[in-house]
Amino acid sequence: MIKVYNLSIKYASNSIPIFEKFNWGVEKAESWAVLGPSGCGKTTLLYLLAGLLQPASGSILIDGQQILRPRPQTGLILQDYGLLPWATVKQNCELGVRIRDFYGADGIHAPSEFRSSLSPHNWLHELGLDELSDKYPSQLSGGQRQRTAIARTLSLKPDLLLMDEPFSSLDIPTRENLQDLTISLVSEQGLTLILVTHSVEEAVLMGRKILLLKGLPNQEAYIIENSVSSEKGFRNTSEYKRLCGVLRAKLGAS
Amino acid sequence: MNRKGLILTTLVILLLWQIIATIIQLPIIPGPIKVLAAFISEVINGKLSPHFLASFWRVIAGMGLAILTATPAGLILGQSKKVNLFLSPLIYLLYPIPKVVFVPVIMLIFGIGDLAKIIIIFIILFFQILVLVRDQAANIRPELLNSVRSLGAGRKALYRFVYFPATLPSILTAIRQSVGTAIAVLYIAELFATQKGLGYYIYFQGSTLFNYPAMYAGVIAMSLLGLGMYFGIDWIEKRTCKWLFVN
Repeated sequence: MIKVYNLSIKYASNSIPIFEKFNWGVEKAESWAVLGPSGCGKTTLLYLLAGLLQPASGSILIDGQQILRPRPQTGLILQDYGLLPWATVKQNCELGVRIRDFYGADGIHAPSEFRSSLSPHNWLHELGLDELSDKYPSQLSGGQRQRTAIARTLSLKPDLLLMDEPFSSLDIPTRENLQDLTISLVSEQGLTLILVTHSVEEAVLMGRKILLLKGLPNQEAYIIENSVSSEKGFRNTSEYKRLCGVLRAKLGAS
Repeated sequence: MNRKGLILTTLVILLLWQIIATIIQLPIIPGPIKVLAAFISEVINGKLSPHFLASFWRVIAGMGLAILTATPAGLILGQSKKVNLFLSPLIYLLYPIPKVVFVPVIMLIFGIGDLAKIIIIFIILFFQILVLVRDQAANIRPELLNSVRSLGAGRKALYRFVYFPATLPSILTAIRQSVGTAIAVLYIAELFATQKGLGYYIYFQGSTLFNYPAMYAGVIAMSLLGLGMYFGIDWIEKRTCKWLFVN
């Protein structure tokens, strides 16, 4: 589904490239975790996939289309501050559809087969946000905000979900709850997931495959297969602990 | 602001006024009852209202013009670092100049009619709104912009769904902060070569007719104009920026 070819990018002020002739591929309906220390280029990679950044050279193809701008079928969820502070939960959830209505089905900002349907209610309901629908983001807890962001993204019926440290600022029970929710939503909806995290535990839990970014410049995709994640209770298995250990060793060795 | 407090404060001010008037016993400081009687009679006999409406129109027109021009200009400056870098020295120099000094110049250029007075109010409000809107627009979190971009928003939709609602409170704040100054400067502008407006009315009643109660009636009308603007902005803010009041 996603093909990254010879990707190179660097920030002008930094002489070391973040990615240099980097190649990577993602199949449909795979769940990936991108793991690495801060400053390793995880977020840059996610923004490139989202079409919010353009590479200096090389290209990114999603479903055969080169990514030159945000793709309507891609959903992006960031750690925080992604919701409009002046809009209620319901209005925030409707934002994507409103933006599409604003442009119409032009195939650029909205899929060309897009038909307006202002009904994100079922997502509000499914994510337990019914009672909060008239609240503003400042009245919500971190977990409720992320639920809202997830409802907003899913109401646009994406096929690819990009998440940047989505649960890092949450307390542990809320985080585990939302991790489980995301795992089940992704498998229900048949979504492709790419989740960026600095947490080894989260990477092992959420990623059927793990892309390891060790540090600049990233020239090669280090991939770890994780065949047993997303099974219920995986958090408590010895396999989970073993994989966490393996990853920690690999990160430390770099 | 709670209503009880406002009424109570008004009563205290009126009482203090009455006490001062009783102690001083000069025709230039009539008591509040005399002034209120004059105010009512000047309103009923139609001598005050045309002046009030003339001033009101000048304030509204100047304010409307300032909002319509300063908001888009502030938004452009706020979201384009290049344009802002280029123009910010100019704004930095012009912003702190007390605009009242331009009153004679503006009257020389635009004449003594309504236009000059509207332009004076416009200039005062323009820079306030421009600077506050620019800073607000520049401070919008990149996470928010990227999230909304990822939902498909291009430049136009970002203006509509992010920049404009984000800067609405600063537009209102700018007006609230500067509408008092604007009315004060309007008063000065209305002293020169005009026969319409509260500034003229107050000056004429006080200095030519020595009708002090009527002069104070004009002062009250001007205060009501300022207060009305202030309350009007509060009212609009409560309705359009509900999110600011939820906590």
